Amino acid sequence: MAMAQEPKRGADGAPVGRRTLLGVLGLGAAGLAAAPYLQRGWEGVLGSASQLDPTGLTGLLPNPGGFRYYSIVGSVPRKDEANYELRIDGLVDRPKTYMLSDLRALPQTRVVHDVLCTDGWRVDKTPFEGVKLADLLDDAGVRAKGTAIRFTCFDGAYSESLTLEQARRSDVLVALNMQDKPITHEHGGPVRLYVAPMYFYKSAKWLSGISVTRKVVPGYWEERGYPLDGWLDGEDRHSDAA
Amino acid sequence: MVHRATGWLMLLCLVTAACLYLGPLAQLVGRRHLMVTVHEWSGILLPLPFLLGLFSSDFRTDLRMLNRFAVYDKRWLRSARRRLTAPESRPAGKFNAGQKLYAGWIAGAVLVMMFTGLLMWFMGLLPVISRTSAIFVHDCLAWAITIVLIGHMRKAYEDPEARLGMRTGYVGRSWAARYHAYWLRDVQAEDETAKVDKK
Repeated sequence: MAMAQEPKRGADGAPVGRRTLLGVLGLGAAGLAAAPYLQRGWEGVLGSASQLDPTGLTGLLPNPGGFRYYSIVGSVPRKDEANYELRIDGLVDRPKTYMLSDLRALPQTRVVHDVLCTDGWRVDKTPFEGVKLADLLDDAGVRAKGTAIRFTCFDGAYSESLTLEQARRSDVLVALNMQDKPITHEHGGPVRLYVAPMYFYKSAKWLSGISVTRKVVPGYWEERGYPLDGWLDGEDRHSDAA
Repeated sequence: MVHRATGWLMLLCLVTAACLYLGPLAQLVGRRHLMVTVHEWSGILLPLPFLLGLFSSDFRTDLRMLNRFAVYDKRWLRSARRRLTAPESRPAGKFNAGQKLYAGWIAGAVLVMMFTGLLMWFMGLLPVISRTSAIFVHDCLAWAITIVLIGHMRKAYEDPEARLGMRTGYVGRSWAARYHAYWLRDVQAEDETAKVDKK
């Protein structure tokens, strides 16, 4: 005796799983579109809250703005007035070593620019102060064969590069101050490079060596696929040389 | 198997995320290139166990059950809102309504994280979308996922029989009768149908 087919079980309910998934995708897309407004709004809330908060606990709340600590090594030695040294060498007439006090004694330049990381975080209109890289290069006397600069750092691992033309820009600093305070260890102090028109990976922290080279030597992140010329969007690439 | 693999990948992804995102941890651990590489690959591979699981018809059946709401699921949700915990007020099939919602949510969340993550990983990808927006969504959703996952693991901690089921594929009949009665009923009805068809 033939049996009638049983109706398929469980195939009739609403597909709430799929709808929830699609709903989250939609929220994600909306989040992407609304991000600038949401971020500004939240930073406003954090700003007012921190003003009213004597405990400082609001500082623990997630803050999408502000700087983020990136280091490629496990730990970085701390340096200060007593033991910090900056060495200028390579294809130069007068190689020189500067202590922190030497750098502070030189004419200081102030550059205010937006800081952008390739990951997406940014800190707008950040003031940096320090010695123009061009001034240090002139003091050392760049030889004719030198076409690029290699930067090395006292974390023992990080390196960066600039072409000579880029290095001579008036918005490239050997920076000592950020946001009108001496650069702290966590922000790459006491001395870091600041290359204002480029992504922040070019602005090598914990700077200890400036070497004039025959050609561009790719630095740490360039060896891992990052562009040699990390220009920010809309920058004037052939702007003032010092 | 799918769950175990996915769980470990997710844990790896979250731990490396913490080392990248939380300032004090980033300063302690550093090693950004290593953390980023492990984070990116564990993230990208997250859906892989799921995709491989699709080759199994049992897994596909489970997904179908996770997807569909039955009439009694609404009652489960209402009871959950009212904090009624007695098994009689929480009717469920193999998966209860909360588990169904969680599955849909986490699947969507992983996809959004992958998309925003890929935007952060590859600078030149879809340049029309701002990286600042991408990282904002990625950060916010990471917090949400952390909170939801703590809830997920808390629920698992409170239910040893459910954990047994996930580990071994088998659960006690009386537990099923109490907490997933409609599943037991469906399984028993299928057994009956199979017996009748064989005649």
